[in-house]
Amino acid sequence: MKDIKIKITDREGTTHVVDAPTDMNMNVMEVVRSYELAPEGTIGVCGGMAMCASCQCYVMSDHELPEMSYDEDLMLAEAFNVKDNSRLGCQIFINEELDGLEIELAPEV
Amino acid sequence: MIKTDILIIGAGPTGLFTVFEAGLLKLKCHLIDALPQPGGQCAEIYPKKPIYDIPGFPEVLAGDLVDNLMKQIEPFQPGFTLGERADKLEKLDDGTFIVTTNKGTKHHAPIVAIAGGLGSFEPRKPAISNLADFEDKGVEYIIRNPELYRDKNVVISGGGDSALDWSIFLTNVAKSVTLIHRRNEFRGALDSVEKVQELKNIGKIELITPAEVVGLVGNDKLEEVVIKRGDEVFNRECDHFIPLFGLAPKLGPLSDWGLEIEKNAIKVDNSLDYQTNIPGVYAIGDINTYPGKLKLILCGFHEATLMCQSAYQRIFPDKRYVMKYTTVGGVQGFDGSKKEAPKAVIKAFD
Repeated sequence: MKDIKIKITDREGTTHVVDAPTDMNMNVMEVVRSYELAPEGTIGVCGGMAMCASCQCYVMSDHELPEMSYDEDLMLAEAFNVKDNSRLGCQIFINEELDGLEIELAPEV
Repeated sequence: MIKTDILIIGAGPTGLFTVFEAGLLKLKCHLIDALPQPGGQCAEIYPKKPIYDIPGFPEVLAGDLVDNLMKQIEPFQPGFTLGERADKLEKLDDGTFIVTTNKGTKHHAPIVAIAGGLGSFEPRKPAISNLADFEDKGVEYIIRNPELYRDKNVVISGGGDSALDWSIFLTNVAKSVTLIHRRNEFRGALDSVEKVQELKNIGKIELITPAEVVGLVGNDKLEEVVIKRGDEVFNRECDHFIPLFGLAPKLGPLSDWGLEIEKNAIKVDNSLDYQTNIPGVYAIGDINTYPGKLKLILCGFHEATLMCQSAYQRIFPDKRYVMKYTTVGGVQGFDGSKKEAPKAVIKAFD
């Protein structure tokens, strides 16, 4: 199991390239929190249950991502600033195929 | 003026359990919460989700945990100020506090325990440019008094449980109910979705999907909403527009209380008693921070327990006390109830 690189653009527009472990069942929201790239309390409010959309991000690279679950799809239907490439960070789990993934955090609502 | 020993801000699991630990020390508690019901996030966001890390419960639904906590604290007769946000903290000369809510309710206590989770829940507002112009002039984000909508034309937007449940409820009150959602599918409980479908079939609810409200029209008060469905844009007359897009927690007025804030949380002394930089004000559960902090319900319970011991000593500095196990002391409610372990029956041999 190796770490992968993820490129994360925070809400201020700064881009960070971070290492993310593939063996800890972590998701993108948790990676953002672990590197403190968004203030606590403004991301992952529901803890990662696809129930708040505070971890909405835009996927900028063309990686093949896990298909959107019904819960994620309907949560995004209620979220703001949604684009075609919107996903919930808490629903994208880190694995080796995601090496080089590029995302941008959606604005805080 | 409401008077109590420990004023708890936030009626989530940590705040509720504080009542129990305080009760064992014969301290009375009163809770304030911005939400209309106790339980905090457990009740508001994920009541049907199972939690697996409450010690002694291999699995418990968040909503059931709240129900159990309410039952556990019942003997200690806590008071509640619900649906009001704690806005102002004043320290009196004698070291006690007055906390005033956004509705002006005043509470007086020698100890304040902030168990506010991530803050108070505020409605998430859709991006409609002139939305603020119509707030309280036809636009409401939270339904506080359903009678306001009697014989009115109401437009609700949103796709979750609250949008569905209020649409159903208001069919018995309002002149007309229109529900607008960006998708044809709804995120709410299946029986609510089915009920809305049924009400639609008999013409009690007009469902406009996939669509959204993109504008508001009116002079002194709201008169019409502008609805966009695909390429089609049309207006609909209405008296009220209620966007129900969920609630997001905000630290809010707490951040102006002179508390030391770090990372959207209140700094406390975790080596001792979870007291903040204001003596007599404690912060417990998800709202506090200290080195190694984990936002877990079980950690909140621990923090509440230690905090109550410290609060007791602060209120009664001259009294000596040692913690008593409930297996030994039982639970003596303020309501006169008493729970204790049954006494062993000793029978001597003949």
